[in-house]
Amino acid sequence: MIRDQSLSSKLLDIVVHAVMIVVLIATIYPVLYVLSASLSSPTAFNMGKVSLFPVDFTLKAYLLIWEAQTVPHSFLNSVIYTTLGTAISMLLTTSLAYALSRKKLTLRRFYMVFILITMFFNGGMISNFLLVKNLGMYDTIWAIVLPTAVSTYYLIIMRSYFQAVPEELNESAYLDGANDLVIFFRITLPLSMAALVTIGLFYAVNYWNAWFSSLLYLKDTDKYPLQMVLRSIIIRSELLMQSIKAGEVSANEMASTDITSIKYATLFVSIGPMMILYPFIQKYFVKGVMIGSLKG
Amino acid sequence: MNQVAPLTNSPIKRRSRWASSFKKGWERSKYLHLLALPGVLFYLIFNYAPMYAILIAFQDFQPMKGVWGSTWVGFDQFKTFFQHIYFWRVIRNTLLLSLLELLIVFPLQILFAILLNEIRKNFYKRFVQTVSYLPHFISLPAIIGMLFMFLSPQDGPFNMLLTKVFHIEPINFMGISEWFRPLYILSEIWTTLGWGAIIYLAALTNVNPDMYESASLDGASRVKMIWHITLPAIQPTVMIMLLLQIGKMMSLGADKVLLMQSPLTYEVSDVISTFVYRRGLEFGEYSFATAVGFFNSLINIALLLTANWFVKKTTDNSLF
Repeated sequence: MIRDQSLSSKLLDIVVHAVMIVVLIATIYPVLYVLSASLSSPTAFNMGKVSLFPVDFTLKAYLLIWEAQTVPHSFLNSVIYTTLGTAISMLLTTSLAYALSRKKLTLRRFYMVFILITMFFNGGMISNFLLVKNLGMYDTIWAIVLPTAVSTYYLIIMRSYFQAVPEELNESAYLDGANDLVIFFRITLPLSMAALVTIGLFYAVNYWNAWFSSLLYLKDTDKYPLQMVLRSIIIRSELLMQSIKAGEVSANEMASTDITSIKYATLFVSIGPMMILYPFIQKYFVKGVMIGSLKG
Repeated sequence: MNQVAPLTNSPIKRRSRWASSFKKGWERSKYLHLLALPGVLFYLIFNYAPMYAILIAFQDFQPMKGVWGSTWVGFDQFKTFFQHIYFWRVIRNTLLLSLLELLIVFPLQILFAILLNEIRKNFYKRFVQTVSYLPHFISLPAIIGMLFMFLSPQDGPFNMLLTKVFHIEPINFMGISEWFRPLYILSEIWTTLGWGAIIYLAALTNVNPDMYESASLDGASRVKMIWHITLPAIQPTVMIMLLLQIGKMMSLGADKVLLMQSPLTYEVSDVISTFVYRRGLEFGEYSFATAVGFFNSLINIALLLTANWFVKKTTDNSLF
């Protein structure tokens, strides 16, 4: 490309770089701040000394949340929900998407309409709640992993991936005596590993970050996933503070300084796994969205 | 009897031929139907069965009596909602939040995509992109949690800074109605700016680089090129995204608002979905809440169809 040396071009470059720097800082700084605050001593934090890096480095907050057990326990719950949920989602999504990707499926259009209708009509929050109750799944793990198991959006993306597998492969396997089950498990799935990873990650992130289904369907706080605990520790307690007059809190000043660093540490525990995995997995997400946007 | 050959075009023959070809096709794809079965059952149970429960919107539903034992009340629940003192409040709040999102967040994503497209160094571009997608993967409780902690009047760093620099009393941002909408939109920008731009960047990858080259040979400035090449290239995508946005104007989800709101801010923060949640699941008014939700989804469908019709009329694009 021939470089445009005009004034407007230089101005444009300045605007572009300024915007990018603002976006970079605005995105990274809050996350970094949470980490630094969780690693700083409560006194240093309360004096407003923490701005970018930890001050008076300490792991006390993390030790406290480890000992209190609520956070580690809910972390484990989240891991279980994410693993089981993703497995169920993938099983249902891939098998249905594969069937829909084959042209020879009879009633294919009917199946598609049957599925697409649900993108426009749904029973709503209360109906779903009553269903979960009636099925006896209220306050069980099934209420977390089953009602949202298939995402129609991911199903359609998965189907486009499968459609890209050449039909000749299916035909030749068919002539060799393989039926569609064999073709699906032996040929199509191994050929679609990248797609499986992509959609699997989408589901896993959704399950890890989910909290609303726990609010609706879980009663027992022992079953809460990490995100729900985060909500009670930070948001509920802040709201509680709003209703208590400032004067009454000062009696517990010492305790509340610890609570602040616990909040920051809990927050970091909830986003930490994503931050660590993110650099390695982000390219799959972008690819997935690209395919979804081009074919959807 | 079998000897009597019917005319080739008789309806019976045609139907039986159709039936036999259907049977053959079914036979050939029986394993595919088997594979589809678990997924189809999922849709039946978790998507279609709740639709049937919408019936309770026309009842005075008692969980003990079930859908068939409860009294039918016709449109009474809907009438109650239309006359409810909070009717206009939740409609207005839902519409305003969606409208602000449409007017502020939506154009910013497009602008960000266009600016990203102007970066020539590939590594730099990819780095900014990667960082900007990050907030999309942070859970809502964490995002709203950060908002609460940073803005906390007790020990939030933002208030500490305000006190230090301007010597003013700490402000309880999350508890003040006036701050609810700005904070909602700001956090929305933070979460979706990069991720929302992907779809436009995908559209821009289809632009032939030669177009920019020949335009620059003709002496076009870069600003001109944005106007005449980049914008037309993403225009169809923008139209479709706009359509989708308008289609979901009234379907603002409950989750983010529920995390942010408190009774102190209900005046501006209570939207239809949070109203449904509170009345239905906290107060146990199942029928009333279902009626509100059903009314809401009827509006959503009408909005989506209208928006689709409108875009079809004015441009060549449409969603369905």
